[in-house]
Amino acid sequence: MNPTKVITYTILIFCGIIMVIPFIWMVTTSVKSQLEVNKGNVGFLPIEEFSTYTEDDKEYRITLVKDEGDSSYVHLFNEKWERISSYKKIPNSSIVTQRQFKLHLENFTTAFNKVPFGRYFLNTLFVSFSVVIGVLITGSLAAYAFAIMKFRGRDFFFYLFISMMMVPQPVYLIPSYVLLNHLGWIDTYQALIIPWVANIFTIFLLRQQFKTIPRDLLDAAYIDGCSRLRALWKIVLPLSKSVIATAAIFGFIGSWNSFMWPLIMTDSPELRVLQVGLSYFSQEASTQTALLMSASTFSILPLIILFLFAQKQIIASFASSGLKG
Amino acid sequence: MKKKKFNFGPYLYLLPAAIIVIVFRLVPIVLSFIVSFFDWTITGPGEFIGLSNYSKLIYDKEFWQSLLNTFYLVIFVVPISLVLSLFFATLLNGIKKLKSFFRSIYFIPTVTSMVAISIVWKIIFNQQTGLANYFLEKIGFDPLAWLAESRGIFQLLFANFGIDLPSYLGGPSQALFCIIIVTIWKGLGYNTIIYLAGLQNIPNVYYEAADIDGAGKIKQFFKITWPLISPTTFYVLMMTTIVTFQVFSQIYLMTGPPVGGPLGTTKVIVYFLFDKGFGESNDLSYASAIALVLFAIILTLTLLQKRLEKKVHY
Repeated sequence: MNPTKVITYTILIFCGIIMVIPFIWMVTTSVKSQLEVNKGNVGFLPIEEFSTYTEDDKEYRITLVKDEGDSSYVHLFNEKWERISSYKKIPNSSIVTQRQFKLHLENFTTAFNKVPFGRYFLNTLFVSFSVVIGVLITGSLAAYAFAIMKFRGRDFFFYLFISMMMVPQPVYLIPSYVLLNHLGWIDTYQALIIPWVANIFTIFLLRQQFKTIPRDLLDAAYIDGCSRLRALWKIVLPLSKSVIATAAIFGFIGSWNSFMWPLIMTDSPELRVLQVGLSYFSQEASTQTALLMSASTFSILPLIILFLFAQKQIIASFASSGLKG
Repeated sequence: MKKKKFNFGPYLYLLPAAIIVIVFRLVPIVLSFIVSFFDWTITGPGEFIGLSNYSKLIYDKEFWQSLLNTFYLVIFVVPISLVLSLFFATLLNGIKKLKSFFRSIYFIPTVTSMVAISIVWKIIFNQQTGLANYFLEKIGFDPLAWLAESRGIFQLLFANFGIDLPSYLGGPSQALFCIIIVTIWKGLGYNTIIYLAGLQNIPNVYYEAADIDGAGKIKQFFKITWPLISPTTFYVLMMTTIVTFQVFSQIYLMTGPPVGGPLGTTKVIVYFLFDKGFGESNDLSYASAIALVLFAIILTLTLLQKRLEKKVHY
């Protein structure tokens, strides 16, 4: 290995650690007890430090109230930190400091049950899958028209679509609210799904792909009496599997992570998607650091798992978004 | 041959997508102009007020403050992210082993949700129980207030040398700087893979020729890589600028209470819009005007960058 390589790898490893440290700390904090966090045990290891006092072969956990030189006033607790007695005077020599490695996995169930996270997950899954299916259907139909067919106004529509892609989301947020309110869709699943079932980027991506399919292949099918819709289903789509996967992944991640739209367009707790639910939870449990970390962990877990299984495809999908220039 | 009739077919294929795009993109944009000209609240349209929302904006200190904060965000995030991502992409492009491993590591923040990430970073920046102060303490520094600090970073920096900087030269508040860090961290992986794709498109022959001519690696970077990567640079520049102008979630979740604090130093334009439209005042028409101003700014910057790109392009 030459020196350049050594330096390169050193920098990459160092910066890689910085990139993932928030996640590592998130997981290690999520299994700590809140008491430890509050005591300022901020490090990465879920180690609990406490003092004990043994009397009549029974071990008590203690917290110090007042130190008086060779003896102290303490509170006595049992294993579960339930108070047994208060202001007991004991000799300092009988106090033992203990360190214990303990994973508080119950944080996950506590956080999950504190607010209906199960419901939030189901809502998010329902919305995300609906959006992805919708995006693929409308996208492949429109892309098929743009790529294969000739019709009046084709370029007009294409440029109209592309120019709509340039509009940032916050710009149409307010009028969309006015519109959905008028339709009576505020606080419904439609509001989360319908406006998103067409994605211009997907249309663009699929159109590029459909254009690469040999014209002769389609013409031959048409002459054999194959209808256009059938040709789309039987020839065009099977030849475009990887681009469809790209579009699906893109749509799914985008929908799963979207926050501002569902925050504004829904109100009732039953309709909260995961991100909105998590946001409310972070306000309700703002001091419960460990629980917040557990909730964050299980909220991002599905996407991390998806990412680990389809890294190549996902990274290629995101990279392809930059190639249009 | 059949006689040529008007063919409805293609339009039927276009219809589903066109309905959605027109109803939920085009109509809202037209509507937002209309809404901004009326006294429009949650109950519906009131009287026509013309341009008074826009003139109100000019005198709204909160608006200028949030615009300034947004500019700080963009001015710090865009160049730092650009340089770092090109740096990482160049390093990754030079190695074979573990390349996809590192690429994935850098990319994880991009696929995770801003909400969860903001919650985690807010706790990292917590003064008492946060990781940031824990590290500072380990390397022998005083703890910082982070998200609770409203003074500007330059002001704090110069104060160390006994120089009292006026507040207008203070720069973004330390709290806003925390947001800057998180925003860079979140977008770095995306920009890196875009750059990596760009670097892989540069034909190797250029570097081989430069090697023969005896040009060093650094010279090669500035004479070959930098000019040839410029289309990618413009794309990254444009995308990062547009995305940074729209920052919302990290402000909403990390700052405050009240959101945008301390002292309004982290209030950005999209949060300002959100607060006006859906906060106490519920002034949808004012919020619409803000949204359109934001749109105008983004559009202007995009067109400027496009123009600049044409001039620089080889």
